[in-house]
Amino acid sequence: MNKRVLLVEDEPNIIEAIRFILSRDGWRVDTHADGATAVEAVRARVPDVLVLDVMLPGKSGFDILKELRASPATETLPVLMLTAKGQSRDRELAERYGVNRFMTKPFANSEVLESVNALFAGATGPA
Amino acid sequence: MSFNLLVAVALIYVAFLFGIAAYAERRTQIVGGGWLRSPLVYTLSLSVYCTAWTFYGAVGYAARSGLEFVTIYLGPTLVFAGWWLLLRKLVRVGRSQRITSIADMISSRYGKSNTLGVLVTLLAVIATTPYIALQLQSVTLSFGVFADPESDFWDPANPASTGLWIAAGLAVFTILFGTRTLNSNERHHGVIMAIAVEAVVKLLALISVGGFVVWGLADGPADILARIDRSDLAGWEIRPSRWAGLIFTSAAAILCLPRMFQVIVVESDDEAHLAAASWAFPLYLCAMSLFVLPIAVIGLERLPEGANPDLFVLSLPLLEDRHGLAMFAFLGGFSSATSMVIVAALALATMLSNHVVMPLYLHRRQDGATMAGDVRALVLRARRIAIVAVLLLGYLYYRFSGGSAALASIGLISFVGISQVLPALLGGLFWRGGTRAGAAAGLVTGFVIWAYTLFLPSFGTAGPFGAAMMENGPFGLAWLRPQALFGVPGMDPLIHTLFWSILLNTVAFCWVSIVTFPTPLERLQGAQVVNVFEHTLGARGWSRGTAEAEDLLMMAQRILGPGEAQDLFHAEAARQGKAGYLPETTPEFLDLLERELSASVGAATAHAMVGQIAGSSSILVEDLIRVADEAQQILEYSNQLEAQSAELERTARQLRDANQKLTELSIQKDAFLSQISHELRTPMTSIRAFAEILREGGLTAEETVRYAGIIHDESIRLTRLLDDLLELSVLENAQVSLSIGPARLVDLVDRAIAATGDMGEVRPKSSLAIRRDRQREEVDLRTDSDRLTQVFINLIGNARKYCDSPEPQLTIRARRSGDRAVVDFIDNGSGIPARSQDIIFEKFSRLSDQSAAGGAGLGLAICREIMARLGGAIEYLPGQGGAAFRVSIPLAAPN
Repeated sequence: MNKRVLLVEDEPNIIEAIRFILSRDGWRVDTHADGATAVEAVRARVPDVLVLDVMLPGKSGFDILKELRASPATETLPVLMLTAKGQSRDRELAERYGVNRFMTKPFANSEVLESVNALFAGATGPA
Repeated sequence: MSFNLLVAVALIYVAFLFGIAAYAERRTQIVGGGWLRSPLVYTLSLSVYCTAWTFYGAVGYAARSGLEFVTIYLGPTLVFAGWWLLLRKLVRVGRSQRITSIADMISSRYGKSNTLGVLVTLLAVIATTPYIALQLQSVTLSFGVFADPESDFWDPANPASTGLWIAAGLAVFTILFGTRTLNSNERHHGVIMAIAVEAVVKLLALISVGGFVVWGLADGPADILARIDRSDLAGWEIRPSRWAGLIFTSAAAILCLPRMFQVIVVESDDEAHLAAASWAFPLYLCAMSLFVLPIAVIGLERLPEGANPDLFVLSLPLLEDRHGLAMFAFLGGFSSATSMVIVAALALATMLSNHVVMPLYLHRRQDGATMAGDVRALVLRARRIAIVAVLLLGYLYYRFSGGSAALASIGLISFVGISQVLPALLGGLFWRGGTRAGAAAGLVTGFVIWAYTLFLPSFGTAGPFGAAMMENGPFGLAWLRPQALFGVPGMDPLIHTLFWSILLNTVAFCWVSIVTFPTPLERLQGAQVVNVFEHTLGARGWSRGTAEAEDLLMMAQRILGPGEAQDLFHAEAARQGKAGYLPETTPEFLDLLERELSASVGAATAHAMVGQIAGSSSILVEDLIRVADEAQQILEYSNQLEAQSAELERTARQLRDANQKLTELSIQKDAFLSQISHELRTPMTSIRAFAEILREGGLTAEETVRYAGIIHDESIRLTRLLDDLLELSVLENAQVSLSIGPARLVDLVDRAIAATGDMGEVRPKSSLAIRRDRQREEVDLRTDSDRLTQVFINLIGNARKYCDSPEPQLTIRARRSGDRAVVDFIDNGSGIPARSQDIIFEKFSRLSDQSAAGGAGLGLAICREIMARLGGAIEYLPGQGGAAFRVSIPLAAPN
């Protein structure tokens, strides 16, 4: 079974970059650009790892994360959060809401790949 | 007719009056007045207004100046017709405050100030002196008409000695009438009754002479009217300024003259009498003036040239050998003179004893805790001496003014003098703001001007002012000439004085009142007087002190007389349910006692007397005032503190507001930095990611080109963002230097359209159709062409980027509107939702997702700043179908 990542992001160029990086490592990358409907998109088909932007049209990444954590099906879903705002307060907020990893833009490609793989391993490895 | 008979008749008449007075006095004591206290007697007593001046002088006045004598009656008629406005209040105040004289009225109103009492007393004495002289003169002249050249003890060549005899006689007469007892309420029922009888005598006398003239000497009213028409009298002109001035003066005089105040206010038994007097008194005046013109006309016709017209009333009957009628006329004139002198001397004596003698006496005895001696006797003696002094002054004036001036002019000098009390009186009755200092300033100002311009010059060139002084002014100062003050010449001397004295008096009164501060007692009395109809009870009350009833009784006996004082105390004790003569000294009783005493010795003195006993130590009015003043200062100080603390609170609130604003600004700044961070990091992320991908290699040629292209586009986006930020920062800090020059709107739009054709867009340009009317864009401007073009580029660029119509179209519509050019940019897309229209001009307020925009959301913010700098505006224009912006530009931008 193919390992699948869902990327919620609205910048086309960033989507293209992350898709390239993850696909090269054998990931199947689905994307979703709208914040307002992102939770439904996740629930429709829960990915192995979720990569979530913060500044999204319609609904912020923090609100999406909060809703996902409140629902049993996505309570433990591994989430990597990316933000361009880069303030420490945002990191604290994300951790309180239960993020697994938090990275600021711009990022090193290798770190994104390593984080996604680690999250995937942490969720399935021991089992 | 024998002169001795005349003297005998006069003496018998006086004895008759004395009998009437004694009868009235006794009757009032026994049955409490009855018909003696009727509106009729009240009205008749008001006739003291009609003196010898009126009786003899009016005819003389008419013979000299035609109808002008009527003004002397018109003033009082107006005052009485409007009694509801003024007299009613005056009488109510007088009764509720137990006022004893016009001086007491002014003193009482302005915080029981004795200084004011003394001032008004002085003014009244000086102003009344010519008036008394006038009475002496007229009686002397009337004696002269009957004089028998062969009489042993009568020397017609020496009228001065006659005057002295008459003055002495009148003094004795007044003392006998007016100071027999010290009345508790300063009312003299006997005197008033005698005055009323005299009023009837003088009216009947004048009417008899008039009737004799009209039906005896002429052929009835029609004939008289014809003769008046033929005489010189008909030719007299009415001089409006003099008429107005005289009416004003006589109206003021009836309020302020001491004797008028005495009969109108002090002797008033019942306020309701005023209503009757309001029509009856003018009627009396009318009757008095009815035959003035006929007598004057017939006198001028029949009597030889040079006969004194002031004596026509006597000389006409004598000429026709009607000795009985002449005698009656003599008695009428005698009545007029004596009634005036008696009441005036009484009123002045009351003022002198209450405001001058008693305060001096109390002051001297201040250290003594109790008062020895009989105050009653002292007061009576003071009054008797005052009466003699007043008549002596009148006699001296008569001697030194030459005694030859016409009666009317002397009377008018008096009138104008006493009118100086009017501003303080009216101001006191109707204006709570009037202060003691203001009243004093007004009185002194008016008095000085009157004395300088009218009273002293009335002594003629033989008086204190020589001819040179009258002609050239003192020390050659022409603008100080007594009869042309401030270099305004050519005024009638009387009107000149009236105008300047009343004007400056009123100005001084108002101005000083406004700049000075009333003491608490003044405030209290002011409120009490001005609002007399709201509360007519006593002024400030006494607190229950340690007053010894016995001490109070001793004092009251000295002032009120033992019988009356004992009655008062006994009645109060009975009311309290106690036997004997010593009631509890309750505040109410002290109030009552003070009112009783003030009727005899004046308000200020009575207050001080009761205060001396009622206070545990000797408290004087001054002490009370000082205490009250201090309390008031403390109150004001605390008011100041309160104001300061309010000021501090205001400052604190301003600081809080400023702080909150700073906090908000700080939050805004954080949000702005966070926004900038996001806007910069986003293109940076793409650049870095693709740069790493390219560095790792292993890409197809196609991929390499594509990724390099993304890096290129994102770099441009980054640069543009930085440019915008810098631009906005410069604009917002107003550091921008505009280059204003001539420009044509159409050229700028052309340039903007050309520039948007090649904007280096992230996405391929859509084919935006632009519709415009170039002809209407032919508007000449003075503005910064580059900046304005930048705004147009932004708007056209936005339409290219955001217009979501399948066939995008932009309409540019220009027109002139007043001193502005207005350009609308309207596209045919779906427009901007109403809820977002407010925020589109804010920084980073990009509405759609930015992939479509390729801008950082600073464009419209920059446009707004530019238009503000150019003195214009940019607004969103709702309701146009698509997105619509209106740019308005001043035809000439501010430099």
